[in-house]
Amino acid sequence: MSDTTQNGPMLAADGTPLKRSLNRALRRQKLRALMLIAPLLIFVLVTFIAPIADMLFRSVENQIVSDTLPTATEVLEDWDHTTGTPPGEEVYEALYYDLYLAAEARAHTRLGTRLNYEYTGVSSLFRSTGRGLEDLGEEYQDILEDADDSWGEGAFWYELMTGTGDTDASLVREHRARLQALENARLTGDVGFAPSVEIMELLPQTTFAYTDFAVFTALMDEDVVAEEDPWEGVYAGLAQDLQTADLSGYDGPGAEALVAAQQTLAEQAEPINYTAFFESEDEDWLNPDIWATIQTYSSNYTGGYFLNAVDMQLTPDGIEMRPDGQRLYMVLFQRTLFMSLTITLSCILLGYPVAWLLANLPASKANLLMILVLLPFWTSLLVRTSAWKVMLQQQGVINDVLVWLGLVDDAARLVMINNQFGTIVAMTHILLPFMILPLYSVMQGIPPSYLRAAKSLGATNWTAFWRVYFPQSVPGIGAGSILVFILAIGYYITPEIVGGRTGTFISNRIAYHISSSLNWGLAAALGAILLAVVLLLYWAYDRIVGIDNVKLG
Amino acid sequence: MKLTQSFLAGTALALVAGTVSAQDMTFVSWGGAYQMSQQKAYVEPYVEANPDVSVTWDESSAEAVARLRAMNEAGNITWDLVDVVAADAIRLCDEGLAMEYDPEDMLAPADDGTSAEDDFGDMIVSDCFIPQIAYSTTFGYRTDMVPEGVDAPSDICSIFDLETYPGRRSLERRPINNMEWALYCDGVAKDEIYDVLATPEGQDQALAKLDTIKDDVIWWSAGADTPQLLADGEIFMGSTYNGRLFSVIVEQEQPVAMMWDMQVFDLDGWIIPTGLSDEKLEAVKDFVYFATDTQRLADQAAYISYGPARESSAPLVGEHAELGIDMAPHMPTNPENAENTLLYNYEFWADYRDDIDAKFQAWLAQ
Repeated sequence: MSDTTQNGPMLAADGTPLKRSLNRALRRQKLRALMLIAPLLIFVLVTFIAPIADMLFRSVENQIVSDTLPTATEVLEDWDHTTGTPPGEEVYEALYYDLYLAAEARAHTRLGTRLNYEYTGVSSLFRSTGRGLEDLGEEYQDILEDADDSWGEGAFWYELMTGTGDTDASLVREHRARLQALENARLTGDVGFAPSVEIMELLPQTTFAYTDFAVFTALMDEDVVAEEDPWEGVYAGLAQDLQTADLSGYDGPGAEALVAAQQTLAEQAEPINYTAFFESEDEDWLNPDIWATIQTYSSNYTGGYFLNAVDMQLTPDGIEMRPDGQRLYMVLFQRTLFMSLTITLSCILLGYPVAWLLANLPASKANLLMILVLLPFWTSLLVRTSAWKVMLQQQGVINDVLVWLGLVDDAARLVMINNQFGTIVAMTHILLPFMILPLYSVMQGIPPSYLRAAKSLGATNWTAFWRVYFPQSVPGIGAGSILVFILAIGYYITPEIVGGRTGTFISNRIAYHISSSLNWGLAAALGAILLAVVLLLYWAYDRIVGIDNVKLG
Repeated sequence: MKLTQSFLAGTALALVAGTVSAQDMTFVSWGGAYQMSQQKAYVEPYVEANPDVSVTWDESSAEAVARLRAMNEAGNITWDLVDVVAADAIRLCDEGLAMEYDPEDMLAPADDGTSAEDDFGDMIVSDCFIPQIAYSTTFGYRTDMVPEGVDAPSDICSIFDLETYPGRRSLERRPINNMEWALYCDGVAKDEIYDVLATPEGQDQALAKLDTIKDDVIWWSAGADTPQLLADGEIFMGSTYNGRLFSVIVEQEQPVAMMWDMQVFDLDGWIIPTGLSDEKLEAVKDFVYFATDTQRLADQAAYISYGPARESSAPLVGEHAELGIDMAPHMPTNPENAENTLLYNYEFWADYRDDIDAKFQAWLAQ
């Protein structure tokens, strides 16, 4: 004792303090344990946690609007939708150049699809306008090129925009970031262009458009900027700049051509008017409702999908209930919950006696019975569902037998499929093994002597069962119910095949939005709500029954 | 050591396989008789002429748009040529997931020298869409369930006439086509259908008309449902794709007949996903050039009753490859069948699909 309580810390054999040595050993052990479970941990993270996190993120993500129309949404912030008038020229101007780059990157239609979920008709508005954007610039391009061929030469343009003095690469960086957001990819590589400071001040809109062109040409097309003719949109920018530019102090490259161009345009061309251009493309661009929708959905994150998922909507005037004829999801959530509970209940009612038999019959008979339980379990889900179709339909086996027996009139055969009843029957059958197996394993652990003891003490059969046997089997019911309920609430294939009009689940709508309407945001919101409902019920179950009482085997 | 070796060997094999599989192409189609017709009419002759090419089929056309979008997000496109309906081609083009192409450059001219663009004409409904066949959504009915003393149904509005033609119907579980038929049978002129359907009142009118038969309808979601329901005698009449009905009537010899009135034409064809490697793209282009020429499109009609998308192919349509019957009368485009037809309105449904579908599903759920 006295040896170990010397002054100073205890030392291990190698002379290090024992505490540190012990910690190191423990850490190594923990690390080894972690490495052992690493494959499973990584697997779970990658295939389970990550997709759920991704889904939760998608249900609020809305960057597409500000990524596609960065300038326009910024300018639009000052616009007041309650005035009932369309926004001013500066918004249309910003929209033109935003949309031009988006159309080159083929991203404008994606935004159209997104906004079409909120306002019908935006899809074709963006698609058709995207095709006509070049027309505005082409008008000026033709006039300029007729007057002076050099306006059609890429090299001339490049020289003009690069100038001879200082250049500023910050604009190029900005536009590269814009394009990256549009393409949703990291774009590496050298643009090989930076506008001169002088030109940037003199011709701001032209520089803006030309930089878009340069970034796209260099990074997406992988061409040399100086060798390519600029986009039509650049000419529109030039026409706008030359309306007001004071060229008297400029003597850089192309100075003469610019002065001549200013004169030619003043004589031959109408002053540029973006509002009129968009109106000529489609009158809907003057519709304040369209702009209000864009404004409402211009933030990077939105609760809009979640509101849609509970039959509400985000409007420019705030949150509203959807009109009467369009409320769908609450009905489906209620139906999904109700039917899942019904299925769980029927599984308990049907599964309990079977599990009791399994646990109490002699081994040879119990094994045979077990095979009968497991055999359908091993059969394909589709086969079992289709089999119920054959059984339950109006010209099906059950109806035929009932008609043959004379219990049902041939003209009034029972409708048992393509409705709630059919879904409940088929799903109860499919999920039954998930109830029987945990029940069976729990019942096997209940000594039969308890029942005999109860009876010998004077209990009736019913009392012995209800007061002695049943309470001990509750953990099995709990486990089976949780399994069946959670499986049922997310079921998709069976309700799709036999559910008809009244027997479909919320998951069928989720599948529709994933694979057909491509409204992944709404699908994610519906999925997130479903997940929340399951967790909530699980929590409630834990509070009421106690999760420690659940035995899975 | 052994493990490392076999692992290395496996990697080497994969590498070798990688270079060899340059001519290994994955086509996506619908499975079933339709895919078989493509296999017989296009792929088998092509592979015979190009033995180094091998083709794998993926039966995922029904969810092609979603799958391609997911592949694009993951940055790994594993499909080389995808068969989709025209509406999906438009959406894929909108999403930038399908490649735009130049018909003059990529498709063969007709035998008489007509350019591909003119030969396909209006069938090229999108810059990305390479048309293949025209099909229609139309009705079939049980001939043995027609009440006595009543003419067989030949008018689309007989689906709403429960008195004359009692019995259940089957309709697709989506608004497209059903809304048009409902308005048409509610007295809206054919060329005004979409103007009316664009208004909330028009949508309500169509749903009110559908309300009259709501309880007598089985709503299908897979094209095979209606043929099965007809064969089982579960329904009196139902809508589905004309090729499915053809096989019920001619191949399975069920007591079913066609009701072509107000059939809705739609198109099906190829799209090439964006982002293929140059080498792959060349291989795919070569196949497409072959598979969409006049003779090949006409050949396909020997296996399935869908009309070739080229005008020049129509006169070449012959007999069914196995049954030896003349295919022309079974084509949706046959003049006798096409007296009163509707063309799927792509533009309209691209805009109104989400909105009207929400109303339609809410109506269904009530």
